Amino acid sequence: MAYVVPRPNLTWKEKIYLPSIVAGMAITFKHLKRMIKGETHVVMQYPEEKWDKSMPDHYRGAPTLVTDEHGRERCVACQLCEFICPPRAITIKPEEIPADNKFAKVEKRPKEFEIDMIRCIYCGLCEEVCPEQAIFLRKDYAITGITRAEMVHDKAKLYELGGVFTGLVNKWNPKK
Amino acid sequence: MDFLTSSDFWFLSLTSLAKTIFLIFLVVLPMVSYTVYAERRVSALIQDRVGPNRTGFPTSLIPGFTKDFSPFLGGLGQPVADAVKFLLKEDFVPGHVNKLYFWLAPCLAMMPAIVTLAAIPFGSEFLGVKMVVADINVGLLFMFAISSVSVYGIVLAGWSSNSKYPFLGGIRSTSQMISYELCMGLSAVPVLLVCGSTGLSSIVNYQVREGWLLAPFTNGGLSFREIALWVPIIIAFITFTISMFAETNRLPFDLPESETELVAGYHTEYSSMKFALFFLGEYTAMIAGSALIVVLFLGGWHLPFIPDGAGQGGLNFLHAIPSWIWGLVNITAFFAKVAVLLLVFIWIRWTLPRFRYDQLMKLGWLYLFEIALVNIFLTAGILAFTK
Amino acid sequence: MSPILFYLFAAMTLVFAVAVVANRNPVASALSLVVSFLGLAALFVGLDAYFIAVIQVLVYAGAVMVLFLFIIMLLNIQAEERRKINVPAYAAGGLVTVAFIAQLWFVLQKFELGKTAFAPLAEKHVDDVRNVGNTLFSTHNLPFQVIGVLILVATIGVVVLSKRELK
Repeated sequence: MAYVVPRPNLTWKEKIYLPSIVAGMAITFKHLKRMIKGETHVVMQYPEEKWDKSMPDHYRGAPTLVTDEHGRERCVACQLCEFICPPRAITIKPEEIPADNKFAKVEKRPKEFEIDMIRCIYCGLCEEVCPEQAIFLRKDYAITGITRAEMVHDKAKLYELGGVFTGLVNKWNPKK
Repeated sequence: MDFLTSSDFWFLSLTSLAKTIFLIFLVVLPMVSYTVYAERRVSALIQDRVGPNRTGFPTSLIPGFTKDFSPFLGGLGQPVADAVKFLLKEDFVPGHVNKLYFWLAPCLAMMPAIVTLAAIPFGSEFLGVKMVVADINVGLLFMFAISSVSVYGIVLAGWSSNSKYPFLGGIRSTSQMISYELCMGLSAVPVLLVCGSTGLSSIVNYQVREGWLLAPFTNGGLSFREIALWVPIIIAFITFTISMFAETNRLPFDLPESETELVAGYHTEYSSMKFALFFLGEYTAMIAGSALIVVLFLGGWHLPFIPDGAGQGGLNFLHAIPSWIWGLVNITAFFAKVAVLLLVFIWIRWTLPRFRYDQLMKLGWLYLFEIALVNIFLTAGILAFTK
Repeated sequence: MSPILFYLFAAMTLVFAVAVVANRNPVASALSLVVSFLGLAALFVGLDAYFIAVIQVLVYAGAVMVLFLFIIMLLNIQAEERRKINVPAYAAGGLVTVAFIAQLWFVLQKFELGKTAFAPLAEKHVDDVRNVGNTLFSTHNLPFQVIGVLILVATIGVVVLSKRELK
């Protein structure tokens, strides 16, 4: 149903607008004065001041690969993340784990694992889809480089950013 | 060709040239770029932000210096960087435009704003030369006439772009400027009645003698006539300032270029230096407008209780100072007043929301026009009865 | 004013006046008329008639022509197409022009004052706003009032005509 908003009856003082304009200017001047005095502090000066400490746990920064407490690469090169990645930023080349390796029963590991950070949209689908909990979005947000090649994170770089994650998946651990 | 050998001719030409160069290149254009900087800084501060505070002058490019020179406020190199950016950007001309008028429009937007500055007395006398480029006895009408020509730049920009948003912007701007020109002209008439002249220099001289129009006590006393005239003068000041805002397309009245509805209006299709010319034209018009307000209502270059350039009036011990210093002081006083008005312009821009189009037309034609008209009769009546 | 400037501005006025008629694009015609008016204003300045010059720019270039341009743009009038030359019309037009120039010529032959140059103004700066006002309100008061009434009638007519419905 249509609802008619009643127009307020303005007094002549409100009708000439000038007092309200002056009142508005007083408000903006108050903000200006507080800023000049340094009483308001809303904006951070980025490279000097950073938000890192108050960053929430669910923050989605750069995707990284992690190893477990035994030094094993968690990634089993199932390529699910490669398929789910909306901008197709992930490229994986799998290889077989040689038989003499301690973790030979895992059978597969990535030979090359590349994430093109120019393409990455930080959606977190790779983290969500990973059955081995091997890929995590960490809190690194300042991913920069001078060339395009520099912006492609290879396996070494991804493990360096990711570090070690303990617990989580135990099925590959040696039986006690 | 005997005028080429007369010394009068050469003196006039050279001093006019010097004054023009000083006014445009040393004062107004730097003032324009720093008004843009002030606009960004003040808007940021009003909105609790910081604004451009990083760009210094790149002295580290010179061997021997290790740091960029970034004086007290920070960001003072920003206007220079902006200018360089405008010059180096790609100058793109869309294929669907009307080429000749598309090129003509930015020049027509910039030029009238600069030409209006010619009639403004921006100082008393400096080394015996009057500080006004063209001291004509119809200075005020000249200002109105030239600024009314500045519509063409906007209209042509809107029309030649051959695209809908610029066209709407151009149409809006035309009707707005025609409407508010009338209010502006009429609200300046009380000043002419009081001062008895249309020459800007004589208006300033009247205010030096009798006190500023908006503050008649600056010559030391208040007569009954001055108090009675105060009312119409304040009304004239308010209507004139509002019309000036509308004429220069400043924010409560920036409908021709409203970013949110018209995608920047008439200069949507412009890029690089052509866009910068519109920008410069707009801010130069703002400076010319503030200068006109200063001349008409705020005593021009005059500082209260201080002698003018010729060393007359004021306190006795000030007379010992040579007159060329007073000439400089007066020029500084004039541009200081203009700068304060520009800050008020900026302050109002970041306080008030934009008018709706019908409200704008209603305000112009139904209120300001009538108020200005009645104000003329009020002033004339007061002048007739307090003779 | 030096004769060079006079010829410059006179040429500007005439060339752009011809351009008003010669141009096919109505916007170009309107703009040519503006430039022609500006040249005319410059000629007035040459006669030390600053007030008339400024009013010329203010009223014609600044207001009337802006409205013209406004309407041309709003109606979106396209460029005229080139028509076939209509011989009788052109001949009649030429005849009228010749007759007008001949009439002017004969009148100017009889007008003695037109053959001598006027003496230059005694004062360099004349307060022409005041002079125009004084003449208008004293010597020519009646014609002025009559014109005022005429304009008022025209204004009322416009208001009546532009009202959508008369009841």
